[in-house]
Amino acid sequence: MTSMTLEDVTVDFPIYNAKSRSLKNQVMSLATGGTIGSNAEGHVVIRGLESINLSLNDGDRLGLIGHNGSGKTTLLRVMSGVYYPSGGRISINGKCTSLINISLGIDAEATGRENIGIRGALLGFTKREMAEKQAEIEEFSELGNFLDMPVRTYSTGMQLRLAFSISTVIQPEILIMDEWLAAGDEGFQHKANERLHDLVNKTKILIIASHSKELLVKNCTRIVWLEHGKIKMDGNAETVASAYFGR
Amino acid sequence: MSMTIANSQKVTAWEDVTAAAGNFRLAALLGWQDVAQRYRRSSVGAFWLTINMGVLIGALGLIFGTIFRSPMSEFLPFICVGLIMWGYYSQLINEGCLSFISNTETMLQLPLPFFTYILRTWWRNSIILFHNIVIFPIVLLLFGKFMGLNALLVIPAFFLVSLNLLWMMVILSVVCTRYRDLTQIIQNIMQVGMYVTPIMWQPHQLPANKSILILDFNPFYHLISVIRDPLLGGTGTLLNWGVVVVMAFVGWTIALLFLNRFRSRVTYWL
Repeated sequence: MTSMTLEDVTVDFPIYNAKSRSLKNQVMSLATGGTIGSNAEGHVVIRGLESINLSLNDGDRLGLIGHNGSGKTTLLRVMSGVYYPSGGRISINGKCTSLINISLGIDAEATGRENIGIRGALLGFTKREMAEKQAEIEEFSELGNFLDMPVRTYSTGMQLRLAFSISTVIQPEILIMDEWLAAGDEGFQHKANERLHDLVNKTKILIIASHSKELLVKNCTRIVWLEHGKIKMDGNAETVASAYFGR
Repeated sequence: MSMTIANSQKVTAWEDVTAAAGNFRLAALLGWQDVAQRYRRSSVGAFWLTINMGVLIGALGLIFGTIFRSPMSEFLPFICVGLIMWGYYSQLINEGCLSFISNTETMLQLPLPFFTYILRTWWRNSIILFHNIVIFPIVLLLFGKFMGLNALLVIPAFFLVSLNLLWMMVILSVVCTRYRDLTQIIQNIMQVGMYVTPIMWQPHQLPANKSILILDFNPFYHLISVIRDPLLGGTGTLLNWGVVVVMAFVGWTIALLFLNRFRSRVTYWL
């Protein structure tokens, strides 16, 4: 049974190079970002998330909305296991994969094929699994002979194609995305979308942060609206989206 | 990019280290990739480092050998192993400080075991060490010398030495991520360390009453000796081996406790 539970999750970022809080920072924080405070040792602390309670189960499609700095990425990082919450508890049951930056780990000097190997290893594939996937990735990317060329010779679109092709061979139970992945020209985009839909449909729990109403309403059953690191609204996708985007 | 988390309670240091060591393939691949980068658009590649090292050994060997009036056939092999190993140790320590910082992007996206990044640094530098070590047989041949059977002792010695450097790197990578200035201080210490440790001068050149203080309290003297002595036909003293073994145990215990305490904070410091 795939599930994810967050109980009272709080995340505080210590900022060691900001010695004092200026008034300007405090005023600014009302418009963007979390709450700036200070901890017991007098360090400046930014509260990225405060008392987040969430429970996700098989079949849940969760959308995250909120303005810049509302804590979406921080929450995604907590959910992917990168940040251990400074307060509260999180428990994750299931194989969890985050597609936040698909170009991570791409080495521009290495060839496309070598990059498939590196990225595959980062994704956690064994050598044998990788050998099986290699042909599939190469074919999907449609890069042909360019696979033997260093990635720096690729156009931006080609690099995205490569990154996309490698990143989407995964079959996670919990999929975490920051915005819908876009890749390449129109022809490829169509194919890529199909594949991504396929992937999204197969995963048991989807968590996606986005600024697009259309995308969220189409893919999600539930939306959480974050503001200043707190949940402002949590409910049915249509309802929350309408409230946030103001129709 | 992915990781199976049964229940994301705090990952213990022990789980982290064993998971990273169990998936050594990843660390080795990343480390190898770092070295491979030197070979791209350069036919000599990482051997440039070896060439630089060779020139350094030749120049320093001639100068200091002459100053100390040591026979070259004895002094050059000595300084050769010393400089190569010191280069390896100091690179490991210096780059160990940056193991997490230089992998910030990956660490903020993938919940990989942190020790993977330490192993990556270690493997990258070990590959470079294997490049550099080719200088040693060349120097020996120059004087018509050969390695004895004692040289086989470098195998356990390398294992022990690596264990020791790895625990130092674990602690340094955590502390240096939190206190960024520390990297500069460590670099400074390692620079001075090269002159304090018998690399360019031989232990027997010290006055006997000073040698305990300068040699025996210097961990790097022992770390160098267990490698250098066997390669030069000796064995290293019992004290050398004892210190290296005990230090590996004590050091790893401290490092694990330390990593356990601060592991969950590291990503916040990046």
